[in-house]
Amino acid sequence: MTHALDISGLKKSYGKAEIIRGVDLHITKGERHAIIGPNGAGKSTLFNLITRRMAPSAGKVHLHGQDLNGLVPCKINRMGLSRSFQISNIFPRMSVFENIRCALLWSMGFRYSFWSLVDRSKPLTEAADAIIEQINLTSRRNIPAGVLSYAEQRALEIGLTIAGGADVVMLDEPTAGMSNTETDYIVELIRKVTVDKTLVMVEHDMGVVFGLADRISVLVYGKIIATGTPEEIRANPTVQEAYLGTAIKAEQ
Amino acid sequence: MTDTTPQMTDTGPMGLRLKSAMPWLCAALLLLILPQIFSANATITLMNQMAITIIFALAYNMLLGQGGMLSFGHAVFMGLGGVFAVHVMSYVEAFGAPLPLPLLPLFGGFAGLLLACVIGSFSTRQAGTVFAMISLGVGELIAACSLIFVTFFGGETGVSADRTYGLPVFGVEFLRQSEVYYLIAAWLLLSVFLMYLYTRTPMGRMANAVRDNPERAEFLGYSARWVRFYSFIFSGFFAGIAGGLFALNYEIMTSESMSLVQSGKILLITFLGGMGYFVGPIIGAIVFTLLTTVLGRYTELSALYVGTVFVLTVMYCPRGLAGLLMMHEPAYRLGKLRRLVAPYLKVLIPVLVATLGCAALFEMLFHVRHAPPGDHEMRLYWVTFDSHSPIAWGIVIGVTLLAIMTTRALIPHIKDAWHDANTIDKGAS
Ligand SMILES: Nc1ncnc2c1ncn2[C@@H]1O[C@H](COP(=O)(O)OP(=O)(O)O)[C@@H](O)[C@H]1O
Ligand SMILES: [Mg+2]
Repeated sequence: MTHALDISGLKKSYGKAEIIRGVDLHITKGERHAIIGPNGAGKSTLFNLITRRMAPSAGKVHLHGQDLNGLVPCKINRMGLSRSFQISNIFPRMSVFENIRCALLWSMGFRYSFWSLVDRSKPLTEAADAIIEQINLTSRRNIPAGVLSYAEQRALEIGLTIAGGADVVMLDEPTAGMSNTETDYIVELIRKVTVDKTLVMVEHDMGVVFGLADRISVLVYGKIIATGTPEEIRANPTVQEAYLGTAIKAEQ
Repeated sequence: MTDTTPQMTDTGPMGLRLKSAMPWLCAALLLLILPQIFSANATITLMNQMAITIIFALAYNMLLGQGGMLSFGHAVFMGLGGVFAVHVMSYVEAFGAPLPLPLLPLFGGFAGLLLACVIGSFSTRQAGTVFAMISLGVGELIAACSLIFVTFFGGETGVSADRTYGLPVFGVEFLRQSEVYYLIAAWLLLSVFLMYLYTRTPMGRMANAVRDNPERAEFLGYSARWVRFYSFIFSGFFAGIAGGLFALNYEIMTSESMSLVQSGKILLITFLGGMGYFVGPIIGAIVFTLLTTVLGRYTELSALYVGTVFVLTVMYCPRGLAGLLMMHEPAYRLGKLRRLVAPYLKVLIPVLVATLGCAALFEMLFHVRHAPPGDHEMRLYWVTFDSHSPIAWGIVIGVTLLAIMTTRALIPHIKDAWHDANTIDKGAS
C-alpha cells in the first residue's frame, strides 16, 4: 500500500507551550481524510507543519515516500501538494481571473518564463476560465479579488488551491462562514475536483465531514485520539466524550 | 487596481493585433516628427534627456511598482552601465574596434545586468525594509568605490570619450544632435516595448503576485526570491541601457551620476508619474524633466518648487499623475467627460493665479534676502518693481489670498460636477 502522506512523531512547540504533541498519521493515496477537533487543538498548525509554512520541532513528513525535511513551500507544491488557508490568502489587487491564472502558471509549465506572453496562450486562458466557472465566479471574473464578498473569497481560495491540479489537496476549513446553499455547492465542488486525488481537510461542519470523508482523525490538544471510518468515529466512546458529543449537540 | 492593462483576450486575433499595435505606431510616428517640430538644439537635448529618463524610470518601476521593491540605490546600475559604455567607446576610439555606435547601449545594459546579478543574489532574499536598507547601503558603497577606483570610474572628473570615432552606420557619424536623437528614440521605443511585454509574461505577472502576497505565490510553486531576482536583474539591465544612452549622449560619466541624489530623483519621478501604472513613469519622466528644465531657466528656487509638487502629489494624489488621469476613466466611459471641461477651466484661472502668487512671494523673499545690498529692483512676470516696497508686497499677498479664496469657493462646484459626470443619467440607459 502506498501512502500519499506519512506523518510520524510530529511535534511543534512555541517556547514551553507544546502545540502539536506527537502526531502519527498515514493517509492513503486517493482517500478523503477529514481532521476534526475543537478550536485551538492545533489543526491549522498541523497543516502548517506538513506544508512547511513553519518547521516542526521534531518528527518527519513524507510525501509520496519523499522526506520533506528542509524543503521550502514552493518545492513541496511542485511535488504535487497544494493547500488552502483558513484565512483567505489571495492576491487582493489582482482580478479573479489573474488570481487563477497565477495559480495555473507553474503547473502548466511556464515556470520562470519571460519569453512567452500570457495573453497569447489559449490553453492557459481556457483553463483559468474553466476553473472560474467551476467555482461560480464567472460574473466576477474581471474585478479585483479584494472587493469580493467573504464567501466569494473563500471560493477563490479553493480555486487557487485546486487550479494547479495537485494530487494531494489540503483544505483548511473550506466552508467556514458560508451559508447552507454555499456549503452544499462547495462540497459538491470539492467532491468533483478531488476524484482520484488525495484530500485532507479540516472541517467543523459534521454534515460535511460525515458526507465527504472516507476516514476521519480526531485531533484534541495536539494529539490524534482516534482515526477511523465515519462509523467507527461516531461509535468511539473516547471521541464521544472528548469532542463529538458536544459538536453533535451544537449541530442540533 | 494596479494592473490597468485591459484584458485583450476577448477580441479576435486581427482586432487584437491592430488595437494593441496602435499606441506603438502612434508613439513611433510622434518620435519621428518631434524633431521636425522642435528643431532647436536645446530642445533636442531636452528630448534626449527625457528619453533616457523614461527608460530609467520604467526600469526602476519594474522594481517599485511591479515588484514591490523600494530601492534607494538604483542609480548605480545606470551609472555603472554608463561608465562601462564610456570605456567601450574609448576602446573603439583607441583600437578602432569594429563596433557600430548604435549597439553601444547594449554594453551598458549587460554591465547593469551583471552588477544586478551580483547584488540581487543577496538583496532580493526579502522585500520591504530589508531590501530598501540593502539598496541604500550598496548604493553608498558603490558611489564610494567610484571615488576610490579612479582608473575605472575616473574619480571626481569622471571618464569621457568621443562617440564620433566609432564606425559610421549608413554614413551617419553621430556628429549632429538630431542624429543622436533618432538613435536614442529608437532605443527608447525598443526598451519601452520590451519592458511592456515583460509585464505580460509569466514572470511579469508573478512579479505582481509576489508583490501582493509572497506567501501565496510560494504555495503556488513560485519561489518569491527567484521572482524578485528576475525582476531585479531585468531592471538592472534596462537601467544599464539608460546609462549607455546617457554616455552616448553626453560622452562623459561622473561619479555624480550614481549618487544617492540620482537614486532619490528616480524614485521621485516614478512616484510623481504613478508607480501603479505602466505609463506612470513615462509621464513622471516627461513632467519632471520639463519642470526642472523650464524652472531652472527662470528661477534659482526650482528645487523648492519641485519639492512642493512632490509633497502635494504624495498628499493629494498618491497614485500619481497617471492615477489622476485614470480617475477620469469612469466619466469617459459614461461619455460625460465633456461636462468636466467647463468647471475645470473655471477653477484653472484662480489656481493658476494662486500658484503664481505663492511663487512670487517666494521669489520676492529670496530677492530681499539674497540680492546685493542696495539692489532693490527685481523683475518678475515681465514686471519690474521694488522688492522692498510694501505696496508690491501688499498687492501680491492680496491677489494670492483672493485667488486662494476663489479656488476654495469653487471646490463645491467641482465636486458637484464630478459627481454628475460619474453617475449614470436617470432614464438615459
Ligand atoms: N505563532 C504562535 N505562537 C504561539 N502559539 C500559537 C501560535 N500559533 C498558534 N498558536 C497556538 O496553537 C494552538 C493551535 O492553534 P491552531 O492550529 O490554529 O488551532 P485550530 O486550527 O485547531 O483551531 C492555539 O492554542 C494557538 O493559540
Ligand atoms: Mg484552524
